[in-house]
Amino acid sequence: MADVRLPGTLTPLFPGLPRRLEVGAATVLGAFDELDAQWPGLRDRLVGEGPTLRSHIHAYVDGERSRLDTPLAAGSRLDVIAAISGG
Amino acid sequence: MSKTLLTVATRKGTFLLESDDRKSWTLSEPLCEGWPIYHAIYDATSDSIYAAAASEWHGSAIWRSRDHGATWEMSSEGLTYGDEDGRKVSKVSTLARAGDRLLVGAEAPGIFESRDNGETWSLLSTLSGQHGSEAWDDPANQPPGHLGISGFVTDAEDSDNFFAIVQGVGAFQTDDGGSSWAPRNSGLRRDWPGDYEDVGFCVHKLVRSSNPERMYQQNHVGMHRSDDAGQSWTEITEGLPGDFGFAAAVHPHDTESFYVIPVDGGHGRTMHEGKATVWRTRDAGSSWQPMRNGLPQVDAHLGVLRQGMTMDKHDVPGVYFGTSTGQVFASADEGETWSEIASYLPSISSVDVAIVD
Repeated sequence: MADVRLPGTLTPLFPGLPRRLEVGAATVLGAFDELDAQWPGLRDRLVGEGPTLRSHIHAYVDGERSRLDTPLAAGSRLDVIAAISGG
Repeated sequence: MSKTLLTVATRKGTFLLESDDRKSWTLSEPLCEGWPIYHAIYDATSDSIYAAAASEWHGSAIWRSRDHGATWEMSSEGLTYGDEDGRKVSKVSTLARAGDRLLVGAEAPGIFESRDNGETWSLLSTLSGQHGSEAWDDPANQPPGHLGISGFVTDAEDSDNFFAIVQGVGAFQTDDGGSSWAPRNSGLRRDWPGDYEDVGFCVHKLVRSSNPERMYQQNHVGMHRSDDAGQSWTEITEGLPGDFGFAAAVHPHDTESFYVIPVDGGHGRTMHEGKATVWRTRDAGSSWQPMRNGLPQVDAHLGVLRQGMTMDKHDVPGVYFGTSTGQVFASADEGETWSEIASYLPSISSVDVAIVD
């Protein structure tokens, strides 16, 4: 299982969504799809057409900037960050 | 007892202003989680409020409230050009009701529809093949502030007949629910060269009076009137302090009365001479009168965007506008006198009004 940390801007949109949770997916996109199955619409808040990460959403796997196809291993930590944007 | 409900879209969420008498107003908390809202409307058909939102972080979505703002949900299901198309939905700019459909205009330019009151969406039209579409589909022509489809005018009697504005290109009309389109820009002025005779106009705001033949528009260069349902346009700028502005509203009971807010057409885009003024014609644009009683007249460098002014449908209708600096001004007497009913909101994108039970 990978350890996922979500941005605080996301949790008010989906009742019951915690900031931190575990997924069994093999990639970053797979993690978002897994969360989307439980909280429909969540993937769309992080992923745009392409599919690509939304431009102001950053994902880090074990501290390294990652893409949607970046693999997740057992014990990986996935940080999803809402980047500095606007005022 | 009915109340007057103002739905105010801002850079930091939707706000509601409610009044029983149009004198005393109650302001809501910020709604829609503070997302940037481009247009918010009350829709009588579904007795719901809808807000078109585009977050820099979390993309575009339509918020909806079925209980006059007490609770909210959001959806962007189907609000996409798909992974293969190449176009991206960077923003949802405008909303309108057309029969059993809710319409939303997007950037890149396209129109999406919902037939289940905002729960799911599907692409209705990109106006492909129209003159200018090859240019507006180019991402290079979609700068960050661009709205894409920036406005609709629908027909209460014929839901298949509506206008859509493509920002910087012109107005288009469909009479078959969006399957086919025709440009409706004949007679408009433009002060720049164009590749086509029928498109290349900068229509800021389009409104239809209670007589569907009579329409008005605020253009990048001039106010215009149509007496043939948009087939042709005549400029009616003379008598105004300038030809540039965004906001416009038409009187709900008098087809001769139309309201505009001219602003400086340069970088400032604020009201002329720092005097907050709404201009009204009561003779379809032959003459104009400034409406200033109660509006600030010293150092009032206020801007109002294209969805920023509206009128209610009371017997003596009210006029409302919201500014880029967060004030809402209201008149309950057709613009004769004004009061400031909200002072410290975020920058306002749109103001909509309805009479609700």
